[in-house]
Amino acid sequence: MARDSQAALVALNRFGFGARGGASGDLINAASDPRGFVKAELARPFGVLLEAPGLQSTPQLGQAAFAYQDQVKQAREAAKAATPAEAPSAPPPAAPKPDNTLRRNLSLNTVMTEIAGQMAEAKPADGAAKPDTMQPNAAAPPAAKPSPQPLNVIQKTFRAEALARLQRATLVDCGFTERLVVFWSNHFCISANKGELARMWAGAFEREAIRPHVLGRFAEMLKAVEQHPAMLFFLDNQQSLGPDSRAGQNRKRGLNENLAREIMELHTLGVGGGYTQEDVTSLARIITGWTFAGRQGQLGVPGSFAFNANAHQPGAQVLLGKTYEATGLAQGEAALADIARHPSTANFIATKFVRHFVADDPPPTLVARLRDVFVKTDGDLKAFATALVDSNEAWQAPLTKMRSPYDFLVASGRLLARVPEDPGGYLGNLNLLGQPLWSPAGPNGFPDTSAAWAAPEGIKLRLDIASQMGARLGNNIDPLDLLEFAAADAASVETRRTIERAESRQQALALLLMSPEIQRR
Amino acid sequence: MIDCVENRLLTSRRGLLLGGASFAAWAYLPKFARAADGRDPRLIVVILRGALDGLSTVAPVGDPDYAGLHGSIALTADGAHPALMLDSFFALHPSMPEFARMYRDNHAAVIHAVATPYRDRSHFDGQDVLESGYAGPGRVQSGWLNRALEALPRGERVSSGLAVGPTTPLVLRGAAPTVGWAPVALPQADDDTAMRLVDLYRHRDPALASALSQGLQLEKAASGDDMKPKPGNQVAQMRQVARGAAKLMAADDGPRIAALAFDGWDTHANEGGPVGRLAFLLGGLDGAIAEFESGLGDRWRNTAVVVATEFGRTARINGTDGTDHGTGTIALLAGGAVKGGRVISDWPGLKPANLYEGRDLKPTTDLRSVIKGVLQDQFGLSDQVLARTVFPDSAAARPMKGLVT
Repeated sequence: MARDSQAALVALNRFGFGARGGASGDLINAASDPRGFVKAELARPFGVLLEAPGLQSTPQLGQAAFAYQDQVKQAREAAKAATPAEAPSAPPPAAPKPDNTLRRNLSLNTVMTEIAGQMAEAKPADGAAKPDTMQPNAAAPPAAKPSPQPLNVIQKTFRAEALARLQRATLVDCGFTERLVVFWSNHFCISANKGELARMWAGAFEREAIRPHVLGRFAEMLKAVEQHPAMLFFLDNQQSLGPDSRAGQNRKRGLNENLAREIMELHTLGVGGGYTQEDVTSLARIITGWTFAGRQGQLGVPGSFAFNANAHQPGAQVLLGKTYEATGLAQGEAALADIARHPSTANFIATKFVRHFVADDPPPTLVARLRDVFVKTDGDLKAFATALVDSNEAWQAPLTKMRSPYDFLVASGRLLARVPEDPGGYLGNLNLLGQPLWSPAGPNGFPDTSAAWAAPEGIKLRLDIASQMGARLGNNIDPLDLLEFAAADAASVETRRTIERAESRQQALALLLMSPEIQRR
Repeated sequence: MIDCVENRLLTSRRGLLLGGASFAAWAYLPKFARAADGRDPRLIVVILRGALDGLSTVAPVGDPDYAGLHGSIALTADGAHPALMLDSFFALHPSMPEFARMYRDNHAAVIHAVATPYRDRSHFDGQDVLESGYAGPGRVQSGWLNRALEALPRGERVSSGLAVGPTTPLVLRGAAPTVGWAPVALPQADDDTAMRLVDLYRHRDPALASALSQGLQLEKAASGDDMKPKPGNQVAQMRQVARGAAKLMAADDGPRIAALAFDGWDTHANEGGPVGRLAFLLGGLDGAIAEFESGLGDRWRNTAVVVATEFGRTARINGTDGTDHGTGTIALLAGGAVKGGRVISDWPGLKPANLYEGRDLKPTTDLRSVIKGVLQDQFGLSDQVLARTVFPDSAAARPMKGLVT
């Protein structure tokens, strides 16, 4: 069979997470049967699920978070009860005095501790974004080394979830299904920065609401997402009360339209998808009472989805011209099922999907074909993804999409055949590059166009990170072998020459990771 | 970072500067540390990656062919930035006043027209030969410095509690345990790497070329003139790495041997003469050597620093005011233990007939002889061990005598 390295690049980079180094043979396999290589993963729907030791369910995690919050509260109250003592502030660090005389009995540990002060860089233990990490602190005077705070259960959970996801992405064959997970997870995003529960649940949300449906049905995914405690917390639906519900009457509080609006604007119909403000309000009423059970467990197992009839707006509602009878929880489920089937939804999803995978300006013929598949199969997402891989447009369009920071870091790890053992480095670099894991700035998720990721400062930072990787890992690898794994004869003459002429293996690796063959997909 | 940095001591470290330092954790005090003279020798090996232009660092200004070959970037003994005369024939680059001072104090020496046995012109293979100590490329399991370490006589056990570092240069890799340290900062890519990438993008990806160029300009605007040592720039980083290394080596139970690498010496274009890009880097190297001296304090007396590079550069400058890959170059020695004040060279001359393959400074000294001489005088390693284990099959390259007091 003829080998097609260019098609292998499309298979591995446009659809997957890039070729793995080592002895994977990914590029050769992809070149032999590009479409088959991508589609192989679609035949293994259970392969999308992610189970790892120690990863818990949303209710279990919720209970752990409640317990942690209670402990913190108790500790705070106990401290308040005691006489408040002035915390001694640390003395300002003395400037280091040049010391050219030999100090007797100076031990290595003393020196290490001394130097460690200069080297310590306080950063949030779980890699949460810190705005000033971009300032090199090389010239900072030595500060007392902060003793590392032990991670709390929320930080530990976030890191464990991140690690499981990163390991899966690094080890998986092509990575198409993992790319689909990332796409849908970003489409239905929550932000871990919303609060402790959101950070605790961010990974579980993806494992429970997204992964089981990536090769399933859109309507099922939609329902799982909108009923997931993480989403209800993120978009405030647990605070939304039907004005005429018992709770609404008692508490003089009412609707919160946040979730209802985003369901229509961002999750399904899209802006201009044919809904009005009336429809938003109507859907908000329909899903009042969709919440999760709190620490007391009055509505069910703490941390699990619950329908609170006392908060639900009574009566029938008209949505998008259709009347939904007062059937409690079923009212909202029926509404979601209909919205999932709406032609605007098919169009919005198809456009976004093609834009993500193929081009910032999605080819209209391809969008139309995928829209039709979506409609005809009633939102069968496996058929939908298969149609993309079967299309000619997806293979012919030039590789112009810029890899997102997450894509770039995962692809680098795969090429270097390094399975992450600690998510800290990834999380820190994602923060630096403006794509903090599971923490987009708004409910519309991370941007999906090249312009967003090819900004000047972003590219410069990418180069800095690639240089670090080169410095750390370059002296053990043959950069030309890696280029072979990554692109083989699809690599441009200029890229090959640039790597051949690098002044060191370290520099060669940095340049390879920054090459258009790796940066574009 | 791609993976977790394992370490017990410095849990909050991340990243490393260009050219991190690695140390051999030497668990034993060498026997001669307690000998009658109380010598406790230390050795620092500095690898310059990219191939240093020896003719621009220690210029043979007395050679009638030098000025013509090196053209616009040739050093001169007079003018606005005169080179520092080391003797009547060789002159040191003006960016290296500290090295010049050590040379005058007889604690620094130059060996000129040296090369490893490698005769091709690939950086990767050339560095492998330089660091592995084998006569040819492809042997990358261990480095000569590590094997020298293994061969040392063992005295009293001393503690070695250093953290595992991010990367170990090949010269130090091998069976003997090594530990590393690197200063923390968000290291930035050096200008040379950035320029190469801009060049690649210009040919292949104009959009990324313009984005990266803008990104680099933004940074320059933020940090000011790039040719001044500023926190975070390459020269400041070189000094910082050296300062940390010296501190650790000064400890009573600290490592006796260290190796580090500095990048950026591949000066194909706009190399500059007494001022410019190479001058900037040489200033950094000079500063690093000065940091070793001040950081080691009394230990400096028994220290030797060896500076080496994979090969030299063309004798004649190219069309872009730079030099291409060559063969013969220099090695530098500095330290209180060095018998300095000398340029040691069997000078081949720069007449066309005397150039290697008609283009490069011809090597007349085997770099292995220089290193073997230093190892023998510093640590008492035998001819046999040096010729078989440390530099396999190198009996013909006899240790150079009298480099170290």
